[in-house]
Amino acid sequence: MDMNEIKEIFFQECEEQLAELESGLLKLNDGDRDPETVNAVFRAVHSIKGGAGAFGLDDLVSFAHVFETTLDCVRSNKLDPNQDVLKVMLKSADVLADLTNAARDGGGVDEARSKQLIRELEALANGEMPAASEAPAAKPAPALVATPVADDEGFQPIPFSFDDFGGEEKPVEPFAPTCEILFHPKRELYAKGNEATLLLRDLSRIGEMSIRCDMDSLPPLEDMNPEEAYFSWKISIATEKGEDGVRTVFEFAEWDCDLEVRTVEEDHEAEAGKDELPMQPVPFDLSILDDGDDDATGEADEPAAPLSSANTAAESNVVPIAAASRAEPSRSEARAAPAVQQAAAAANPAASAASAAAAAPTIRVDLDRVDRLINLVGELVINQAMLSQSVIENDNTGVSSINMGLEELQQLTREIQDSVMAIRAQPVKPVFQRMSRIVREIADVTGKSVRLITEGENTEVDKTVIDKLAEPLTHMIRNAVDHGLEAPEKREALGKNPEGTVRLTAKHRSGRIVIELADDGGGINREKVRQKAIDNDLIAADANLSDEEIDNLIFHAGFSTADKISDISGRGVGMDVVKRSIQALGGRITISSKPGQGSVFTMSLPLTLAVLDGMVVTVAGQTLVVPLTAIVETLQPEASAIHSFGASQRLISIRNSFCPLVDVGRILNFRSTQADPVDGVALLVESEGGGQRALMVDAIQGQRQVVIKSLEANYTHVPGIAAATILGDGRVALILDVDAVVAASRGQSLKQEISLAATG
Amino acid sequence: MKKKVLTVDDSRTIRNMLLVTLNNAGFETIQAEDGVEGLEVLEEANPDVIVTDINMPRLDGFGFIEGVRRNEKYRAIPILVLTTESDAEKKNRARQAGATGWIVKPFDPTKLIDAIERVTA
Repeated sequence: MDMNEIKEIFFQECEEQLAELESGLLKLNDGDRDPETVNAVFRAVHSIKGGAGAFGLDDLVSFAHVFETTLDCVRSNKLDPNQDVLKVMLKSADVLADLTNAARDGGGVDEARSKQLIRELEALANGEMPAASEAPAAKPAPALVATPVADDEGFQPIPFSFDDFGGEEKPVEPFAPTCEILFHPKRELYAKGNEATLLLRDLSRIGEMSIRCDMDSLPPLEDMNPEEAYFSWKISIATEKGEDGVRTVFEFAEWDCDLEVRTVEEDHEAEAGKDELPMQPVPFDLSILDDGDDDATGEADEPAAPLSSANTAAESNVVPIAAASRAEPSRSEARAAPAVQQAAAAANPAASAASAAAAAPTIRVDLDRVDRLINLVGELVINQAMLSQSVIENDNTGVSSINMGLEELQQLTREIQDSVMAIRAQPVKPVFQRMSRIVREIADVTGKSVRLITEGENTEVDKTVIDKLAEPLTHMIRNAVDHGLEAPEKREALGKNPEGTVRLTAKHRSGRIVIELADDGGGINREKVRQKAIDNDLIAADANLSDEEIDNLIFHAGFSTADKISDISGRGVGMDVVKRSIQALGGRITISSKPGQGSVFTMSLPLTLAVLDGMVVTVAGQTLVVPLTAIVETLQPEASAIHSFGASQRLISIRNSFCPLVDVGRILNFRSTQADPVDGVALLVESEGGGQRALMVDAIQGQRQVVIKSLEANYTHVPGIAAATILGDGRVALILDVDAVVAASRGQSLKQEISLAATG
Repeated sequence: MKKKVLTVDDSRTIRNMLLVTLNNAGFETIQAEDGVEGLEVLEEANPDVIVTDINMPRLDGFGFIEGVRRNEKYRAIPILVLTTESDAEKKNRARQAGATGWIVKPFDPTKLIDAIERVTA
């Protein structure tokens, strides 16, 4: 794994954190005051900041920092997360998302906006509390702790032993000041895992020093508490890093020891001479060497904890038991250090893989791999079907064991297929969450007050469906707020809550996912829609349309009822595009609207794009599959119901309404003459634009779930054909593109179609 | 013998960085995603040093450190706090909980290894 891969992971994680952030903020917005919610929100921003810092994404870090500071105020109850505060925070979350995207994909962000929000966030953090209590998070940390430890320490991984104290690596600089250090550890120092010897070792790395150990307070052995700290050291060190450098060494320990550091300006020689009695570490080292332990690795992992204070027994003449027992590990550990360095040089990345992350409840898999699996399972399904069929054809004796085996195989195959499909299934949550941002933005632009309620966001559906859902949904949400909801004043005048509600729900229903978008606005203004349709020559002025038909007019190309084209919905993308994208996903969209109460758009989508429930039909000797979702009903036409219309058109009368009859065989050029409808079967389908058509086929073979094989990928696009599949008998069957067939049959203007529907 | 480091961090990004950095430096790395998991794997991981984040779900770094310090076997193990918190108050709290030292993010591999070297022999 290299840095780029980790960066990729970082951005993935950012997306999750941003989602977490937003859902947390929305929960707070709904009045949730659970501290864990606040914590989760804080953590999300905090994590983004942490990762961004590691990658040097400064814009992201600085924004996240300000955001985090304000969130910290909420976390510590210094700032009440009321609606106004949350409004700023939700906007900040949006900016944070923008900054993340900009960091990943390049490109700019709205700097004015982010600066503005930084100001607002800072105002929130400052305004609500005394400056003093806010300060710690924002101002630079005090010098002691902020001093970078490692940056200027220049640690060199040289093999180390205590002989090296005062070693030759760092010749004393002429101007290196000498520091006098009095270091008296408390027992807490050891309790927190710090080590006096290690601190002294570190100290030895910044200059030449001499050490004297004061053991006066060491009690007799019988009175000794092995966890107590008895020793103190007096150190004289000549280091160019000066007092600060010395204090940096004791950075981790300064609270748990008495530490005096002072710089000796002059008289260095005299002072040093006085202090520089025989260096204590030398006997310390010798005493251990005498133990003759050459195997550095052997002792390194022995727990050395309980006797932590005994290591201070630096002299060989101090209670030998204590000295030896503690000193051994510490020396061998010291030896182990270079060994680690060597290992680092020869580090084999593969070897480390085994020790990677413990117990992960989820794994991340390349989508490609899943898709390959899905493809293979598709093949398996086909193969299993073929096997069944050939057994049936070749063996009429009905050997039960074979048939039973086959049935089990079929069941297993179906289960494998379902399980594999489930891998691709994802909750619609990310898309839903994106919508709340869309709502906020439009609400801002239109000056409307909107509340988005989402339900069923954990409903799962194929990832491809989710990906393709975002765009139409975005557009519908925009429409709902821009056209659907009334302005606050108007709502108030109507006795409605000035805050409009948009409700987005997802649920599973009979093997499909149903997504509903409901607003509590004014509903579709049918008079206006009708007038507009007449103005645009979509319908005849005297056309007699049902409410439903009028509602469906909004799905026609280029139809927009907004008085003036607003910035939001007037981008040349109409509901017709929405409808087409839903249909491209094998879905359907319907609308129901009540004047004064709002509109409900209902989308029904397949759970996966890899398989399809189809009706297998025969047309002119060819086997075709018609997507079941398109079919409203099937019927056997009677001669009396068929009416000729114009030169070659025919209509079928169904329950007192007329419906154009489409001969699929003719459209696809399977045959040149029209088949007699009475000999065939009519499939009543709902097509683009809401109108119904009766597709004529010769016979229905049955219903089947088929695996979709792209025709474009394997052959080339064929007009009127959506895709192909392989049937149980191994033959390729084409999947009908119902809308394309209907469109081809039409060949006439939209206006005529509508008038036909109108007269129906 | 490789030195074992137990890292406790809820961020996948940081976990991966720790893993790569530590493995490249020749450490054996065991990872946990939060304080609760950190305490769960402690015995089995048997680390020589622990690196932990502060802000984590379920059990934060403070609680985790306190938990380790209560463990008879591991109470004297060096624990480094890896956190973006650079303010004294947080460090102080970590210290009171029993942290040995800290590494201030942004994550810097040199600083990390250096700090580990400082608290381990």
